[in-house]
Amino acid sequence: MGAANSCTQTCGVFMSFALFAEQVLNGLQSGIMLFVMAAGLTLIFGVMGLINLAHGSLYMVGAFAAAAAAAWTGSFLLALIAALIGAALVGMFVEMLVIRRLYDRDHLDQVLATFALILIFSEGTRFFFGSFPLFLDVPKVIAGPINLPIGIEYPVYRLIIIGVGLCVALGLWLLISKTRLGVQIRAGKNDREMIAALGVNISALYTFVFAIGAGLAGLAGALVGAIQSVQVGMGEPVLILAFVVIVIGGIGSIKGAFIGAILVGLTDTLGGIFLPELFKLFMEGSIATSLGSALASMLIYILMAVILVCRPQGLFGVEG
Amino acid sequence: MILTRENILNFVITAGLILVPIYAVIVEEPFTITLATRAVIFSLAAVGLNIALGLGGMVSLGHAVFFGLGGYTMGILAFHAQSYIPLFEWPILIEGTKQMLVVWPLAMIISAIAAFVIGLLSLRTGGVYFIMITLAFGQMFFFFSISWSAYGGEDGLSIYVRNQFPLVNTLVPIQFYAICLAILMLALWINARLAKSSFGLALSAARQNTARVRNVGLDPKSIKLVAFVISGAITGLAGALFADLNRFVSPTMFSWQLSGEIMVFIIIGGIGRLYGPVLGAIIFVTLEHFLGGISEYWLVFLGLLLLLIVLFSRGGLVGLLVGRERVHE
Amino acid sequence: MNKTILKTYNLTKNFGALRASDKISIDLRVGEIHGLIGPNGAGKTTLIAQIMGGLKPDSGLIEFDGTDITSFTTESRAQAGLGRTFQISQLAMDQTVLQNVVLGTVGERGDVWKFWRPVLAVQELRERAMESLSDVGLADKAATPVSELSHGGRRQLEVAIALTLNPKAFVMDEPMAGLGSDGSKKMTIFLDNLRTRAPILLVEHDMEAVFALSDRISVLVSGMVIATGSVDQIRNDARVRKAYLGEDS
Repeated sequence: MGAANSCTQTCGVFMSFALFAEQVLNGLQSGIMLFVMAAGLTLIFGVMGLINLAHGSLYMVGAFAAAAAAAWTGSFLLALIAALIGAALVGMFVEMLVIRRLYDRDHLDQVLATFALILIFSEGTRFFFGSFPLFLDVPKVIAGPINLPIGIEYPVYRLIIIGVGLCVALGLWLLISKTRLGVQIRAGKNDREMIAALGVNISALYTFVFAIGAGLAGLAGALVGAIQSVQVGMGEPVLILAFVVIVIGGIGSIKGAFIGAILVGLTDTLGGIFLPELFKLFMEGSIATSLGSALASMLIYILMAVILVCRPQGLFGVEG
Repeated sequence: MILTRENILNFVITAGLILVPIYAVIVEEPFTITLATRAVIFSLAAVGLNIALGLGGMVSLGHAVFFGLGGYTMGILAFHAQSYIPLFEWPILIEGTKQMLVVWPLAMIISAIAAFVIGLLSLRTGGVYFIMITLAFGQMFFFFSISWSAYGGEDGLSIYVRNQFPLVNTLVPIQFYAICLAILMLALWINARLAKSSFGLALSAARQNTARVRNVGLDPKSIKLVAFVISGAITGLAGALFADLNRFVSPTMFSWQLSGEIMVFIIIGGIGRLYGPVLGAIIFVTLEHFLGGISEYWLVFLGLLLLLIVLFSRGGLVGLLVGRERVHE
Repeated sequence: MNKTILKTYNLTKNFGALRASDKISIDLRVGEIHGLIGPNGAGKTTLIAQIMGGLKPDSGLIEFDGTDITSFTTESRAQAGLGRTFQISQLAMDQTVLQNVVLGTVGERGDVWKFWRPVLAVQELRERAMESLSDVGLADKAATPVSELSHGGRRQLEVAIALTLNPKAFVMDEPMAGLGSDGSKKMTIFLDNLRTRAPILLVEHDMEAVFALSDRISVLVSGMVIATGSVDQIRNDARVRKAYLGEDS
């Protein structure tokens, strides 16, 4: 308590350790969900050279699948599984129907085709489910707070999200570095032509990788959907943030996606809380809040710009 | 001007853009003129993007930034003029304005500056990074305009009266339309000259093969940057006109959906073609009006159309109508 | 002895553990054709990339016409007068033959920042472009889109663009690549005459052409220059024979 008081005296701003810790955890939580999105995106780009704008739609599909499953069965766990599998299946279907025709096309065609998919998915979902948000409820058991060893209370559910995210990170790492599939994934394009000649089914590999990415997006959509809401258009802002993560982290790098995502999550959350407070130190209250939050909304893009200036290929990207 | 199929098509489209609104005046259908104006302004935005995309090969998914900047330039200046609050009082007095001839250059300059900065950052890397970065910057402006409540924030800014242009009564729909059409024609002319100039040749070569451009002693990056700036300025002008048409500016002018739509106009019409953006915008506005009247989910059909075009017919509609003939002059 | 126009000093480039260029020092003199040969994987392409600026050497120097160009960008080297033809033709495929060559004239003139005047209507540029096309024998194909040009035509176009730059030296990477015997013969005669305009550093696999054209030959093996000398010297060099023909010869 003494530390907090002297801080208050020197800064003139009420900044407690509890608030700070809570915001850091929030930043980690949003960051790690971004990672789950970005990992799928960067994997798909790294393996197939495809930029996929429809990834946000798969996020949305997962959320809707979870909401539908939860409404039908009452089980949140089943809802999550439905999200994962549902999005993966939709992803697989879309890959076989549309995406695989795009691998040999230039990026413009990929952008346009996947943009078209966004339109189809968004309006299609609106047609079936309407424009109003659905609600996905966090089960009461995990909805409450828990006392953390560092001395604050924090919602169990958000900790679970962080946990799930870390599991995904671990799982991906194991997959890529320890399995045969991982070797195929890590193979550069030329090597892939080689292993195709040796009998490896590249087409199935691509479908599988796409499905993994889709499933991860769907899972993220469901997890976050329970905190926010499930509605059409929820995926695209996350998609664009995932792009920022990839630019920062370096395309094709899962490690880059992880570091980038945590960076973005923390910057966004902490910036959003503390920038207005900072401005209040030398500006009138309402202007400070207005300007501070406006600037905070730009913070991650400024971060991206700074990294672009210093290291255009991203923190862990390959040069050239 | 050689008589090619493409030139004939262009002529027909231009004739349509002149005759249809005149007809609408005669039968007293002012809404058609509004639709036509919307189509012409969207065409202008797309003509702007096409300089970066069609000529320069830069897939900018954030061109709505310039559209929005142009719109907000017009909106903010109009807001200060209509509320009699100066923009700045110190160090010099700057008041708002509702003069088109003042707003347009300002809108273009601001867009050009933004394009310079964004282009400089985005062109450091190519390919997919460029696409993602331009998309991200679009989002940045979108969120900024939502949180900056001084000019309406999420609710946007209403402008009471249309801006003024000397000797023209801009409140009359057909007269405002004529101004917009004249600007579009000018932009198309500039586009055509640009494409045939030394700069255009180098830009087009840079799109196809950067190694070739370097090895004749030219820097592809500077060429592309200049093209991006010109492109942003034109789209910015379109934004200012759009805000004037609707007498309303809002953050949606910065949205990724709009960035995508502007690109869709070009693809539907035909990416390498002078009138591609125009035909695409006209088709879009027509579909939006008619299909949109039938079903509020008409965007699904747009999506399907776009998908089919991308997968099966890259030349767009102009390509379809005109065949593979290309004029190399 | 003629003046040296291009010289590399101990150019070294490593890709991880692979030493692609090992202290390569070669030079090109005015009036000569200097042939560069070597088995596949010897590092010829890597060397050219470093000379032209596409690849940065780990150490070493490149001097052109008395200037240290080691840190120059590719475009600056082209402007300094270093002309280059690619092993795989680098052309603007959607444009015509004439447009591709005119690009060369624009580059040579430094005249790219012109936004209004149709470039093909500029008399001077058009004439210079047609001159280069005539030199390589492509004048009648000026209006042909490159995508419709034969492989041989594209190799000729590649050379024509380099000519337009009026370079002080040429670096040519396998100009005969993909040409039939007829085309190769024509190209050989052409290059023979070209040496009077500017010296050529000629990388080639076509041994007949290299031996017929070169004043000097350097042999590159595993990133190192193992021999430099006249045609006869190289033909009889034991190390060269070993590199190409194996131990027993």
